[in-house]
Amino acid sequence: MNNLSVSHLIGIKDLSREDIEIIFKTADSFKDVINRPIKKVPSLRDITIANLFFENSTRTRLSFELAAKRLSADVVNFSASSSSLKKGETLVDTVNNILSMKVDMVVLRHESPGSALYLTKHIKAKVINAGDGTHEHPTQALLDAYSIKEKLGDVEGKKVVIIGDILHSRVALSNIYCLQKMGAEVMVCGPSALIPKHIEKLNVKVSHNLREALMWCDVANMLRIQLERQDIQYFPSLRAYSMQFGLTKEILDELNKEIVVMHPGPINRGVEITSEVADGPHSIILDQVENGVAIRMAVIYLLASKIER
Amino acid sequence: MDNQVILTSNQLDLTITRLCHELIEQHSDFSNTVLIGMQPRGIHVVERLRERLGEILSKKPLCGSLDITFYRDDFRRREKPLIPSVTNIDFSIEGKNVVLVDDVLFTGRTIRSGLDALLAFGRPQKVELMVLIDRRFQRDLPIQADYIGKSVDSLHNERVSVNWKEVDGEDKVVLYLKEGNE
Repeated sequence: MNNLSVSHLIGIKDLSREDIEIIFKTADSFKDVINRPIKKVPSLRDITIANLFFENSTRTRLSFELAAKRLSADVVNFSASSSSLKKGETLVDTVNNILSMKVDMVVLRHESPGSALYLTKHIKAKVINAGDGTHEHPTQALLDAYSIKEKLGDVEGKKVVIIGDILHSRVALSNIYCLQKMGAEVMVCGPSALIPKHIEKLNVKVSHNLREALMWCDVANMLRIQLERQDIQYFPSLRAYSMQFGLTKEILDELNKEIVVMHPGPINRGVEITSEVADGPHSIILDQVENGVAIRMAVIYLLASKIER
Repeated sequence: MDNQVILTSNQLDLTITRLCHELIEQHSDFSNTVLIGMQPRGIHVVERLRERLGEILSKKPLCGSLDITFYRDDFRRREKPLIPSVTNIDFSIEGKNVVLVDDVLFTGRTIRSGLDALLAFGRPQKVELMVLIDRRFQRDLPIQADYIGKSVDSLHNERVSVNWKEVDGEDKVVLYLKEGNE
């Protein structure tokens, strides 16, 4: 078995453990490639990829663009702010117009949950979901699990707590699926207003106490408070949030145990995590970014092999 | 189906020894020469050469392995994606004499990809090619080996399989007819 069971990457929910292992194995080789003097392989010379970002992004867009370029694919970038979308064009029309220019694969970020899945039903190109609203962000979850594996040797049996705005986080949902498929235990931690109802149905533990969560875990994945998605006030103030759920060096020192600290970015320094922790020895935040390119190369490479000639 | 044995265990051993001496003729003490085996099967040839050269020179040469998966020219022409093996070159090849080593030279496409892959690691002084079995007159590309273990005349639908004691249980090289679509 060395073929993915899916032809698009919409969510981790659709992947099997075997799929994830194939992606990791392929990413190992690409990680090797991006550390060579010439960081590029010619595999995808004849493929064109469109990065369609209807929402803002730095890391993910750059990471996808670099991944595509290091596979020698041609890349076109599109961002909503400078497009004809403002003139009233629909998503499918926009994408179909781009596809008429002979694009083989689409990387989509969009604020509506389900947009990537919707696209697969209306266009011929392969689709990679780079975040659809509050639904999933599969490549982030893959690179998170891959970084845990790299740091701790394995994901199986590890205890991972996801801390922060679980309610609005696509990273949290994808991470829960991915970590559980790889055999890890998952806990979510945050103010009750930011924990979705019935989340325990996904087999995750829930905690509202940062210290308790940290005592339990091997890995802490800190999430950003997504103010742009919060239509009402979920907690008294950012300061109150960071007093209760912000990760500081003092708390880590008190615990007297090794914890791996992760963050998908962008970081709000001083809110969910202090600078000391983010830049400290526990943090693998920048490794996550490096691994992001390798993981995305693997995903693009494996899906590209399914494009018909 | 009849398998035709091209090299027996003894003959294979002699061939390896001869190839070592040919290498020594050109590269004397291997001070500026490295051997690089093509994944997945060329690495076994390199391992044998390395052992034998160690016995003859009382010093083992630098060896590495090279995976060419991402450099192949048949991506998307196959049913399944190609999952790579490990590339392990933990030395600089800049300015070195590199001997690329593979078990069977057939169409030459693997070696073409190998040259591309190799150059991603730097600019060698010189690159030579050593193959254990040369299936002559079967080339798709203008590529020839500098050192040849044994030349074989074969049909296009035949396959040459090089077996090693370590992985296949027995040292031998056989020629057989390909069944179905590989």
